[in-house]
Amino acid sequence: MLLAAGAATATQETTFWVLAIIAGFAGLGMVAARKAVHCAVFLAVVMLSLAVLYALAGAPFLAFVQVIVYTGAVLMLFLFVLMIVGVTSSDALVETIRGQRVWAILTAIGMLVLLLLIIGHAAIGPVGSPSATNFGVSNISGLAELIFTRYVFPFEVTSALLITAALGAMVLAHRERTRPKPTQKELSIRRIASSDPAPLPGPGTYAQHNAADMPALLPDGSNSELLVSTSMVPRADRPQVTAPPTRTEADVSAEEDPW
Amino acid sequence: MVSPAHYIALAVILFVIGAVGVLVRRNAIVIFMCVELMLNAANLAFVGFSRLHGTLDGQVIAFFVMVVAAAEVVVGLAIITSIYRTRRSASVDDANLLKY
Repeated sequence: MLLAAGAATATQETTFWVLAIIAGFAGLGMVAARKAVHCAVFLAVVMLSLAVLYALAGAPFLAFVQVIVYTGAVLMLFLFVLMIVGVTSSDALVETIRGQRVWAILTAIGMLVLLLLIIGHAAIGPVGSPSATNFGVSNISGLAELIFTRYVFPFEVTSALLITAALGAMVLAHRERTRPKPTQKELSIRRIASSDPAPLPGPGTYAQHNAADMPALLPDGSNSELLVSTSMVPRADRPQVTAPPTRTEADVSAEEDPW
Repeated sequence: MVSPAHYIALAVILFVIGAVGVLVRRNAIVIFMCVELMLNAANLAFVGFSRLHGTLDGQVIAFFVMVVAAAEVVVGLAIITSIYRTRRSASVDDANLLKY
């Protein structure tokens, strides 16, 4: 019995240290990564290791909420907005305030030392667990009891906060149409008046590869980049074609429907 | 046994990393992610304190922090997209119309 408890403690300690190191390095990677998508992935790593740490600390409900709400919903929201705002936009490395980075890191080191000193001086005793079942099987019922009795007013305020946030997001993301939607007639007139009224060749049509990022092969043997999606051009690992695309679907939709 | 002090120390480290990110990064979305990291660190400290005191109040507070963080993310990302619409940029340096 004692041996089993000792083994369990050792496992807990090993898990804690492994996860702490993973979370720390993932956090550092998040700050250091230049592309925003990499930051999101590092943040997912931190959040998942924190979820396991919650389970280790006797908070199984929070562990699941962490995975479902944070990693599942919040981080996906981040990725959605990242895809809207532009994946390719990497951070500008120019410092607008001179010496800001150095001072930020110095301040952070100072804050770290201060907080760790405070923790070191505080008398944090061993785990006093008068109700150990609250951290095990009856965790969820204990939490429910607390939320719906002592914390019932903050809980109700939370619902007001959520409604306000949803409304605020709708108001902020709403966009008034500044000009009337173009009708089919106007669209066809615009198409006839443009330089190429015929349908454009599809990507990869008559090309060497049947892939969406391949330019079409024109009858005269040259490549046509017209219908290769503009978001694919920067990430394609094929030789860049010299002639830039003159008109793409994205341009057309941007002309008629600016954000 | 992992003592609550370990949890709180890890929370402090993650919080400071998030603070560095907020100070250093220029992309608004990445700054938001760093704020999320700081909130997560606070949650970890709450869970550690809950373990220390042997009551569940800390976990309830962490739960509320998660709700507030979700609401904050929704509104903040809506603001970022609406700024992106008008300024075509997600950098915090480009939203400078109110400067001076």
